[in-house]
Amino acid sequence: MLIAWQLAVPILGLSEFVLPTPAQIIARMAKDWALLLTHARVTLLEVLGGFACAVAAGIPTALLIFYSRMFERAVYPLLIAEQAIPKVALAPLVVLYLGYGWAPKIFLAFLIAWFPIVVSTVVGLQALDPAMVRLVRAMGANPWQTFIKIRLPAALPNVFGGLKLAIGLSVIGAVIGEYVAAERGLGYLQLQANSQFDTTLNFASVITISALGVGLFFVLRLIENVVVFRRETK
Amino acid sequence: MSTGAAVRIESLRKTYETRTGDDVEALAPLSLDVAPGEFVAIVGPSGCGKSTLLSLIAGLDAPTSGRVLVDGDEVRRPHPKVGIVFQNDLLLYWRSVLDNVLLPVEIKGWDRNASRAHAEALLGQVGLADFAGRYPGELSGGMRQRVAICRALIQEPDLLLMDEPFGALDALTREQMIVDLQAMWRSVGNTVVFITHSIDEAVFLADRVLVMSPRPGRIELDLPIAFERPRQWTIHKDPEFQRLAGEIRAIFEADGVLNGGPDRRAASMSRTLDTRN
Repeated sequence: MLIAWQLAVPILGLSEFVLPTPAQIIARMAKDWALLLTHARVTLLEVLGGFACAVAAGIPTALLIFYSRMFERAVYPLLIAEQAIPKVALAPLVVLYLGYGWAPKIFLAFLIAWFPIVVSTVVGLQALDPAMVRLVRAMGANPWQTFIKIRLPAALPNVFGGLKLAIGLSVIGAVIGEYVAAERGLGYLQLQANSQFDTTLNFASVITISALGVGLFFVLRLIENVVVFRRETK
Repeated sequence: MSTGAAVRIESLRKTYETRTGDDVEALAPLSLDVAPGEFVAIVGPSGCGKSTLLSLIAGLDAPTSGRVLVDGDEVRRPHPKVGIVFQNDLLLYWRSVLDNVLLPVEIKGWDRNASRAHAEALLGQVGLADFAGRYPGELSGGMRQRVAICRALIQEPDLLLMDEPFGALDALTREQMIVDLQAMWRSVGNTVVFITHSIDEAVFLADRVLVMSPRPGRIELDLPIAFERPRQWTIHKDPEFQRLAGEIRAIFEADGVLNGGPDRRAASMSRTLDTRN
């Protein structure tokens, strides 16, 4: 496809500002790598901040939902309602209240990422065979031991499923925040390129954003491979 | 080492409340004494309350009335000297075989290193010495259930409760497991309460077979089995064995659990079907 793209642009006689070729984009990325890296660093920190908040809030919320029926009844409907709000529509409001700095980007990344963490963690906690709980109770296990020895390890594959979903969403949240109001970050860079009709840099920004998401996803997978035992079946 | 625990069950009864608010009696008042070191098998049709009885003995459920005494102590919560093996091996797939066997040791807060040799010895006894470092996913069903038995035995239980432990295994594996269980029990010397719906399994293994009626469970027959030990698989052909098994089968036929059919072969077929499901 890249080859077709590369060939089609001169054949159709398109100028770089309408559609740059892949070679032009790569050359631009090589030339402006320092600029892209500076902005990528900002976006990365926003993503990690939002993701960390999502984990820090999402997992305890999931535990409360799982262990307290009252909390589940009170909070789950609110959570689902919150999930239904398009975060893009919230972005201008978030900026209005949190300003132009780090906060609105981190908050948007958090807001969009924490729901999958909550849901997948709850599903994971429910995944344990009740007979397993009886078995360890018969061994004299207290609730804490039941949690740490069997329920948590059994939940981990699902938890990581949620985390992998959430990391990609964090990137989206941070970039949305940058679109609305920012002075740095890849979303800001892309808007700048857009307003200057610098289509090549625009593409370069998109590619860098994607690379960021993919990179973070693989880092999580690496951690998962160390932490989670993959279930083997005969 | 384990010694056999005495079990006394005094008018034990369990009812469950259904969603509609009715009480369903799972276990009719039941009294029973099991001597230290005795191997008791309980046979009954599905849903007769055998597993309920086992949960009550284990202290996992509270009786509606009556009580269970293990060595004179009333059971109100899981008893530290009682081990359980369920129909499903319930191994943790993320733990190696050795770590699965050591799970009760960790939960009880014993010294893991001190118990390690014991765990390895138990695995050796069931022919799994070379599998200590493997994971449950790499093992066959029979091997997994052996690990589950080792996990129960490492607690040095004076009373071992087994809830249809071989119910999920194929016929050949089951045969070997029955023979091996007898050997293991003889070396440990603890009390065993073994639940099954296989008549042959019960007669082969037990000192005493209790036959339970359909729900609500009552003991309909208390049958001593006097064969010498170790018992050989060939005793299945012994006329006395057949007579004892026939006596148990007659109860199930009288209860309508088994339909004898026009001849013995059909009866034995339906028996096989019953034990398989």
